[in-house]
Amino acid sequence: MARLSVDNVSVHYPTPRGVVHALDKVSLEIASGDVVVALGASGCGKSTLLGLMAGFQRPDAGRVTLDGATITGPGADRGVVFQDDALMPWLSAADNVAFGLTLQKVGRSERRERAEALMRQVGLAGFEDHRIGELSGGMRQRLGLARALANRPDFLLMDEPLGALDALTRERIQSLILDIWRGTGTGIFLITHSIEEALFLATELVILSPRPGRIVRRLQPGFARRYAAGESARSIKADPDFVRAREDILNAHFAYDEEIEHAAH
Amino acid sequence: MPPIELSVAEEVALQSGRPEPVRYRAPSAWRARLPKLVTVLGLLTLWELVSGFGVVSSLFLPAPQQVLTKLVEIATTGFMDATLWQHTEASLLRVSLAVLAALLTAVPLGVLIGLNRTVSSAVDPLIEFYRPVPPLAYLPLIVIWFGIGEVSKVLLIYLAIFAPLVLATGSGVRRVEQSRVLAARSLGACRWQLVRHVILPSALPDILTGLRIALGVGWSTLVAAELIAAQRGLGFMVQSASQFLVTDVVIAGILVIAVIALVLELSIRYLERRYAGWAH
Ligand SMILES: Nc1ncnc2c1ncn2[C@@H]1O[C@H](COP(=O)(O)OP(=O)(O)OP(=O)(O)O)[C@@H](O)[C@H]1O
Ligand SMILES: [Mg+2]
Repeated sequence: MARLSVDNVSVHYPTPRGVVHALDKVSLEIASGDVVVALGASGCGKSTLLGLMAGFQRPDAGRVTLDGATITGPGADRGVVFQDDALMPWLSAADNVAFGLTLQKVGRSERRERAEALMRQVGLAGFEDHRIGELSGGMRQRLGLARALANRPDFLLMDEPLGALDALTRERIQSLILDIWRGTGTGIFLITHSIEEALFLATELVILSPRPGRIVRRLQPGFARRYAAGESARSIKADPDFVRAREDILNAHFAYDEEIEHAAH
Repeated sequence: MPPIELSVAEEVALQSGRPEPVRYRAPSAWRARLPKLVTVLGLLTLWELVSGFGVVSSLFLPAPQQVLTKLVEIATTGFMDATLWQHTEASLLRVSLAVLAALLTAVPLGVLIGLNRTVSSAVDPLIEFYRPVPPLAYLPLIVIWFGIGEVSKVLLIYLAIFAPLVLATGSGVRRVEQSRVLAARSLGACRWQLVRHVILPSALPDILTGLRIALGVGWSTLVAAELIAAQRGLGFMVQSASQFLVTDVVIAGILVIAVIALVLELSIRYLERRYAGWAH
């Protein structure tokens, strides 16, 4: 069981207009089997937080550790899914999925086999030889997910993976993420602007406020576990408990529904 | 895990196999090409008429058939101790050597420049200093330093190709999508793998564009390079034919030079479509 922990971390960016306190004494822990979701408006330091865990940047204060060891850079044990898919357009869909395997010098036939299995898993069977430019946004996000999964990482870090998708595709991939979580027990950190998405996916939900970026509330919604136990996504989201929780967060932390919706686009 | 349901659009795309990219077709392709054809045929006719009616002496403008006959003649019996093929081969060999040397040096340097600001600002003045200077202007210096042998000729073309290739590679590398670099790093890429699997493929479209421009410059510089006491080469052939007023050979040589330039251009365009099509 792996454990990723963010301990009392601060990050500030010096800019010409003064110092931006992107994160201020933030602490967070993700263990295998957790889905930790960070919810917050634009600019509250969510991507910065993910960047620390991914090893793209270092904190100015505090520690980010993986099983007790300080994280000093990116690694194949933490798969990242980006908002702008970050796929390699010169490679076929299958070669994108197998990118990490290519780096590990896994042989061609095994690469192909594992890429095909992963693409089946995310519902992209039959698209192996397509070019990236021929795929829709939703398909690309699923491909990015399959690519991150290929390394069998202990953690999946996702920065607004569904931000640019239409509502229907979004719901479908939310379920896919939970299916993968249920199947692999991977620890997941996911960023979103959508309260509904956060409530549905999270086993632990942290709400951040901007300037300075701080965690203002922590919740443990039980909806993801209900999905894992077999309840359908539709019925969960229509459940009065779910609706109440959503309204509660909305009223307590966000001035207008529109504000969050706008931030998402 | 249950298989994911596909949306209708995805089903359709799946069943019809690889979706054909919708290609815009001009109302009729030949209509767009017609003016070109008219221009070419018009020029040929004019040439035929001007030379045929003796408006201009054949010493200055030999008739098209005469040039064609001469072309066959220099291809078989040769001109200035070498056949057309040998002249062409000599020229192509020089350009190939220069291109090879440029690819082996300019691309790595371009990558360094694109990745490292210090290297970039260190190399920049050097390139910016000599790049705008016409190769013919520094040719005399090269001759003083390296003599009149093959080295000077290849070096001249090399220098002409080097600058545009370095600059194109550098800007291609600088434009690499940062999230792709991060993605590769978190998939386990080391520094070298990053260059090999992300940076070079990302920059390839720019490198090929640079190469296309560089080859154009290089090929035209060739004629100049072959003025340095060459015994072989298309530039040499045209140059010496002009000294003896063998105008038909001059024209034949120019035509061959033009055709090769066209072939070079088209082959790079082919490479661009084949290996950098994703960028368009
Ligand atoms: N490299 C940087 N240099 C200067 N300021 C930065 C830098 N990166 C982020 N910031 C600032 O730090 C704050 C937090 O940024 P971050 O990208 O982490 O926010 P976010 O919550 O991910 O926002 P969004 O929802 O818009 O993606 C923002 O105010 C941003 O302007
Ligand atoms: Mg962000």
